[in-house]
Formats: sequence, C-alpha cells, structure tokens
Amino acid sequence: MRALRVLSAALLTLGLAAAPAAADSSPSPSASSDGKAPTQAGTSFRTAAEMDQGQTATASASTGDYLYWSFPADTGQRPTVKATVKLPDAHAAQTWQLDVYDGLRRHQSCQYGAATRTAEQGTATVDLACVLRTVRAWSEPWANDPLPGTYYVRLTVLNLGSADLGLPVRAEVRADSMNIGGAAAVDGSLGKPLVPGIAVESPAEKDGSKSAVLSAIEPDDGWSSHWWSSRWVWTAVGGALAALAGIGGYALTRGRGRPAYVPPGA
Amino acid sequence: MIRRQRLAAGVCALLAALAAGIACPGGAAADETEPQPAPKVELVLDVSGSMRTRDIDGGTRMAAAKQAFNEVLDATPEEVELGIRTLGANYRGNDRREGCKDTERLYPVGPLDRTEAKTAVATLAPTGWTPIGPALLKAADDFGNGDGTRRIVLISDGEDTCQPLDPCEVAREIAAKGIGLTIDTLGLVPDAKTRDQLSCIADATGGTYTSVQHKEELTDRVGQLVERAADPVVTPVATEGAGSCAGAPALKSGLYTDREEFGKQRWYKVDVRPGQELRASVSVADDRATNPNYGVLLRAVTQQGREIVRGESAGTGRTDAISTGLRYPKPESDDDNASPETVCLQVTNSFSAAAGVKTTPGMPLELTVDVVDGTSAASDVAAFGLGRGWWLLAALVLTGFVAGLLWGWLSRWRVAVWRTN
Repeated sequence: MRALRVLSAALLTLGLAAAPAAADSSPSPSASSDGKAPTQAGTSFRTAAEMDQGQTATASASTGDYLYWSFPADTGQRPTVKATVKLPDAHAAQTWQLDVYDGLRRHQSCQYGAATRTAEQGTATVDLACVLRTVRAWSEPWANDPLPGTYYVRLTVLNLGSADLGLPVRAEVRADSMNIGGAAAVDGSLGKPLVPGIAVESPAEKDGSKSAVLSAIEPDDGWSSHWWSSRWVWTAVGGALAALAGIGGYALTRGRGRPAYVPPGA
Repeated sequence: MIRRQRLAAGVCALLAALAAGIACPGGAAADETEPQPAPKVELVLDVSGSMRTRDIDGGTRMAAAKQAFNEVLDATPEEVELGIRTLGANYRGNDRREGCKDTERLYPVGPLDRTEAKTAVATLAPTGWTPIGPALLKAADDFGNGDGTRRIVLISDGEDTCQPLDPCEVAREIAAKGIGLTIDTLGLVPDAKTRDQLSCIADATGGTYTSVQHKEELTDRVGQLVERAADPVVTPVATEGAGSCAGAPALKSGLYTDREEFGKQRWYKVDVRPGQELRASVSVADDRATNPNYGVLLRAVTQQGREIVRGESAGTGRTDAISTGLRYPKPESDDDNASPETVCLQVTNSFSAAAGVKTTPGMPLELTVDVVDGTSAASDVAAFGLGRGWWLLAALVLTGFVAGLLWGWLSRWRVAVWRTN
C-alpha cells in the first residue's frame, strides 16, 4: 500500500514537472502576411526601410551604397538577420558587411554568423548572417544589452576596387527570430520600447497628407506586456510538488492506520 | 484529513491567483505625425560635348539621358516638385571663363507640367564645357527657402573642367548650409577620375553614386531616386551645440542636426523630470576622406560635471557614419513638486581628416532626443523573482518532503507524549 502511494506520487511528480518544460517551447511569432515587404532600402538611419520579421526585403542598389532597413524585435526573441547580395557579373574581390544597431543606434554584436565576408573575384552572391543576443525586457542603463524596440540593419561593402564602385547590385534581407521563452525572462520592463521618435508629440494631421515619423515600427501583435513567462508555471508547479511531497513525507510517518482485519471497537 | 483538504484548497487558490494574474498594459507606440512640405528634386544634366559619344547600348549618351528623362518625367509622383538644370548646354566657344558660367535652368522647380518639361528636354544638344561646381551652386539656389527634403540628381559623363573650384568642396559647403539636401550622382561610362569626383560629391552630402553602363540602368536609377524623394522623411531641426554645458541649447524630444569639427565637442541640454527616461542617440557622418580608425562618444553629465552614463562606439574601415546612444531613467520622486533635472549631453568624435582634406565645415551630426514617461526598474534578476528549471523543482520537492516528515514525526511524538500522560 505504501509502495503504491509512493509510486503514484512519483508518477504525479513526473507528469507535473513535464508541464513547464512544454510551456517553454512556445512557437515563434509567425511571419506577417499584411503589409508588403519593402522593395527599396533606405540610405541612413532616418530613411531606413521598415520591414516585419519574416519578410524578405529586397533592394536594387549600387555597390558602395549604405543600405538601411529596420525591423521590430520584442522581449524573449533572439533575432537572426540574413542578407544575400547578388553581385555584378564581373567584379574584383570585395568585402561585404552586415551591421545591426538597436533603437538607440548602438552597435549590436553578433553571437554567431558570418557578418563580414569577402566575395572573391567573379563570385555571384555573398551570404551574410548575424544572430543577435536575446532581447531582454530590461537592462541597466549602463549595459549594451538588446532591448525591445526598433533594430536597424546596415548592409554595405567594406572595401572594393575603385572600378567596382557604383556598379548595380541586388540585396535581400530577412529577419527572423527564435523565441527563447522563460529562460531569458528578466525582471523589470521599459516604460516604452526603444523606438526612436516615440516621445515626439504629434502635430495636427492634415487630411490625406503623408506623414513622417522617425520609426513607426511595431510587431504585428503589439509589444508584449512582459508579465507572462514560463517561470510562473515552473514556480507554481514547484509549489504544488512541494506540497505533495510534504503530504507524502507526512504520510510516511503515520503508518498504515488501523489494520483492516481488526474489528471496529476492538 | 481535514488538514489535507485545506492544503489542497490552498494550492488551488494559489494556482487560480497565478492564472488570473493581472495583466499590465503594454507600451504602445504613439502615432506621431508631421505635415510634410513638398519634396523637391532637381535633375542636373551634363550636356557637354562628350555626351555625343556613342557608347551606351549603341546610342549616344545624350540619347540615353533623354530617354531616361522622358520615362522618369512620366513616372514622377504627384507630390514631387521637379526641376531640370543643364550644364554646358549653350556656350560653344573655347573661353574657359565663359564656358564655366554655362549652366541654365531648363525647367523651374515646382509642380510638374510633363509636356512642357519633355519639350524642354527634347531641345537639348551636346555642346560645351562641364562646369559641375557652378551648376551645383545654382541648383541649390533653385530650391528656394522652403522646408522639406531636397535632392539633386547629377548626371555627368566627365570630370569638372572648371578647376580650381572643386565640386566636391562645393557640395560639402551646400550641404552644410541647408538641411536635408542630398546629391546623388550618376556617371555615364565613367573613367577613374570622373568616378572619384562623382562619388566624392555623393559622399559629401550623404548621397549615392551609381556607375551607368546601360540605358535601363539609367532610367531605373533616376526613377528610383525621384521616388525616394517622395517618401516622407522626418526633417531634422538645425541646432548649434555649445562648447560647454553652460551655454548649451536646451533640447526637447525630436530630431536635430548640427555640424561638429574634427576633435571638437558639442554640448546640449535636456530637462528630465523624475519618473521620465532620457534617450539620446547621435551619429556623426564622415562626409569626406578620413583616416580609417574613428569613434564617437556621447556622455550624459550632470550640471556639476558628474558623468551619469555614456555611450561609445568605435569603428574601422569604410563607413557612412558612426553612431551611439544612451538612456538615463530618472527615478520617481516622492516630492510632487520636484524640479526637472538638467542633463548635459556631450558629443565628441575621434575622426581624423586624411592628408590634404579640409576640416571645415564640420561633419554632419544627427541627434535624436526622446524623453519618455515611465522609467524602467527591476528589483530582481529573474522575472518577478520567479524560478525556473529542474533544480528549482528538486529543491522545492525536497524542502516540502522534509517539512512533511518533520511535521509527521512531531505530531507522532506529541500523540505519544499525550498517551503516556
């Protein structure tokens, strides 16, 4: 009887403990279908072409241009930016680089990925990639951690023979992200996401006129509210298991109670 | 048994409370807008004698340019005010001084009459010199005094023949005078010297340089540049930083532009109330040939000179700009009447000019300032101080088990003591 009780408690433990692990592997945000991917790139932070994650932005440009795009990244995401440059038919060796900046225009490091690559003479394409660090909900003002907000991608050629300057190239850029989940859930949150120009007051809008903002970027489903993470599940399950283990421990000290064969009142 | 039920009820209540957790509203991006003045574009076309050369898809360079202009005029967005200026279109003589004055406004910058503009383009015949510098100066004047983005698209097939006025210096001077003026250059079958000169002009104003070998490339690129001008862009506000915090201009949230010379510093002031967060980012563009290692430093300093936070960045190699940023959340204050703190922002750069490059005017500096409500704070490393992972579960289970055992033994002991008494 006691063995059965212990066994069932153990099974329950396993079952409950599997729940938070499942809660961690939530699906990554799906690619947006609304809004077309940009077909032009900007030439500065101010004019960066806005794209969504999961969209492939394209641009035709000249070798030597500095191409800028921006995309939103939210808490718990680990963005990966990939770029492909289609080079002209004949060219000398040239080095291309992908740089990622956050909403404060701070350069963000790549964890993995070839962000700088040299295309040898006559190569048709260069592929670049940059895996950023996980975006945290909060960090100290003195840190350079990635925070939710706008991210800028800059694609450019670093060195080239002067004969190649100005030749036509085509570029493709795509940003995807992996959801890291509760492992990266930190305490605190920003008052507002790091979107440049977010504090600029809007003057009265004229009807029909196109308006300009520094960055109008927002994820499809809005910025996350930060409060939910799988840590709630882990902690709650832990509390429940502790309670069960407490009951189990208590039961062990109680013995089996009155034996069944003893008649009542004996 | 009763105790067990109570325990179970307690666990259920805890879980329910967690599940129903109070959701905090997420920070939503505000809709800030700004009415836009009409974007202005001027196409500056080289009509010098060399445009007669037949080397673009079997036709003359002039023919390619005319065809491109016709197609671009058809595709120009409504809101764009477009003008056309020529250089070297009229003077046939050999007098350099006369030839270098030869630039003409073919079609004024304003609402576009396509037929009229096309007719004007059709009359052009390759003629004279290549006075790029004077043409750029005149083109900048053509825009008048309005706000909004201004873009010059320069199409040329040869280098400037009117030295010593260096068109590259001219471009830099023009860009330093006004805000939001960009010069994009296109070289038709360029040689090395032309390419250097045209790309230098483009770099000096944050524009782009394109080398054109085929007709379609010319049409596509000019069309793309005109369309780009139509995209609404925030126009920065010109400001002039001071040499020290005391005399610095007070800035509010917005986008600002300034010029900073090599090795000089610029100071600005921003007021931050308790409970607000200051966000500032700066980029310094290298609009001329600089040495390959450089950096920028942005510091937030109190009026007493204490550094609060800094943003710094360094780089190496070819670049258009180097940028950095900082954020300073000022904690909430219990005093409702607490006065705002004046934070001084200091911008320095460590660019150095390459040999033989003029150091004036200063390099373009772009500064964004955002003062947002709601500071950010964290009281724990992990979210809400919660735990996660198998070690946490094991620790909790062990603690619970030991607590259960102790409780059980304690109550047995108590019962035993009670029985013996």
